[in-house]
Amino acid sequence: MGTRMMPVGAYDVEAVRRDFPILRQQVYGKPLAYLDNAATTQKPQGVIDAVSEYYARSNANIHRGVHFLSEQATAAYEAVRDKARAFVGAADRSEIIFLRGTTEAVNLVAQAYGRSNLGPGDEVLITTMEHHSNIVPWQILCEQTGAALRVAPINDDGEVILEEYERLLRERTRIVGITHISNSLGTINPVREMIAMARRHGATVLVDGAQATAHTRVDVGALDCDFYTVSGHKMLAPTGVGFLYGRRQILDAMPPYQGGGDMIASVSFEKTTYNRLPQKFEAGTPHIAGVLGLGAAIDYLQEVGLERVAAHEEDLLDYATQKIAAIPGVRLVGTAQRKAAIVGFTLEQVHPHDVGTILDREGVAVRAGHHCAQPVMERFGVAATVRASFALYNTREEVDALERAILKVREFFA
Amino acid sequence: MSELRDLYQEVVLDHGRHPHNFRHMDEASHQSVGFNPLCGDKLTLFLRYEDDVVQDVSFQGSGCAISTASASLLTDAIKGKSRAEVEELIAAFLDMLTAESPPDPERLGKLAVLSGVRDFPVRVKCATLSWRTLEAALGGTDEVTTE
Repeated sequence: MGTRMMPVGAYDVEAVRRDFPILRQQVYGKPLAYLDNAATTQKPQGVIDAVSEYYARSNANIHRGVHFLSEQATAAYEAVRDKARAFVGAADRSEIIFLRGTTEAVNLVAQAYGRSNLGPGDEVLITTMEHHSNIVPWQILCEQTGAALRVAPINDDGEVILEEYERLLRERTRIVGITHISNSLGTINPVREMIAMARRHGATVLVDGAQATAHTRVDVGALDCDFYTVSGHKMLAPTGVGFLYGRRQILDAMPPYQGGGDMIASVSFEKTTYNRLPQKFEAGTPHIAGVLGLGAAIDYLQEVGLERVAAHEEDLLDYATQKIAAIPGVRLVGTAQRKAAIVGFTLEQVHPHDVGTILDREGVAVRAGHHCAQPVMERFGVAATVRASFALYNTREEVDALERAILKVREFFA
Repeated sequence: MSELRDLYQEVVLDHGRHPHNFRHMDEASHQSVGFNPLCGDKLTLFLRYEDDVVQDVSFQGSGCAISTASASLLTDAIKGKSRAEVEELIAAFLDMLTAESPPDPERLGKLAVLSGVRDFPVRVKCATLSWRTLEAALGGTDEVTTE
């Protein structure tokens, strides 16, 4: 068992659970144990209210209305930018670009930054453990520019081999794209060290924070990365919203990603001038309700306290790892020294999909599949894994339910 | 648990564990690769189809109990059949899992053990993967995905 900063008793998980209406239900007559948080997290009442109140009371388009509602909506939307800035420790509010999520954020950087800065012979460096959304946009960029994609390998525990990573950082490495926390393995990468290495080689660094922000405090200033991507729905906010942090000088120098309304200062057929940051990258009417929900999610996480959340999840991880590893026939996939509360495993003789179906009927929701990380599956020689991923509202009792359900699977397929 | 027992009948579990005709075929006249991008399952179906008879059929690949059993049952079901008979079987099988009113069990024979998959919508693609792959092989397509 790992050491904890705080006794678990200080964290009132039942009080947290009461804030999430979806958790108060049974599936197939069993209490729901929602352990698929790496796919998406559930939403607290405050987030649900923020979205519905916007539509019930203050729906209007932003940044252009001359009327009361539009002013209110604009103020509320821009207030979330300030919250988001503080939440990730950015220096300036114009460094926060609201987008659909991390996928769009990586694509934006690949296209708007990558296409104007990379050419034949240049290199993009990623790691084996990246989610497809931090692989494919770079492949597209490489195809467009003639740059080459390089991949830093991982060891049998699912950790980046730092010597190999450093060896792959070369003069022509223009962009490094690394995940903060692996969605399939749970590995917490030593991003600070990896960013420092990359920057010594003059590379621009993007950190994929999709799995991080609901579980650990992020400080882009301390990390010293150039880009950091945030997914709303993986941190208690609605789907279809997230943001990109980008270093101001870099964003300023980048051409726009999409053209349209809101991203322009003036338009004529002869010449269009673009709006200043951050609007330059926010073409079209954004997901205003989603952004307001994101603001409520940030408030909620701040209120509960990310340090307390992290301690609670670490306890769950230790407990779940111990329980699951003890089941005969289980092979853990992802055993890094530093891990988030994600437990990936396979069960001898039983395909993960079959495990998932039986767990589901026991009320235990997990993910079975390749987790949009096929290179990771290949690295570990499996077609798929079962993944239980935890969040701030999960309990040891739910880990027990998971354990019982896995034992049932074994019985069933014996 | 009873719905689970309907899904994973003993016969299904047996075919899942010890699939029939699970081998490579060098002399195949038709073959196709089926891929389920949802779960990464992949299988290759081999056919030796001559004189309007499926002379031999086999498959290889990795998949869950449902997809493996379904492929195994498929090979048993279509061996010795004419193209028209095979096409009728494909239609009956797909109807069994997806049509509003399931077909007459007479049309399906032993394949009826997979009828429980109907009640597990997310697993329908596992059961149909080999059948879609068979369709593709007969139609001369090398590759098919269930998406």
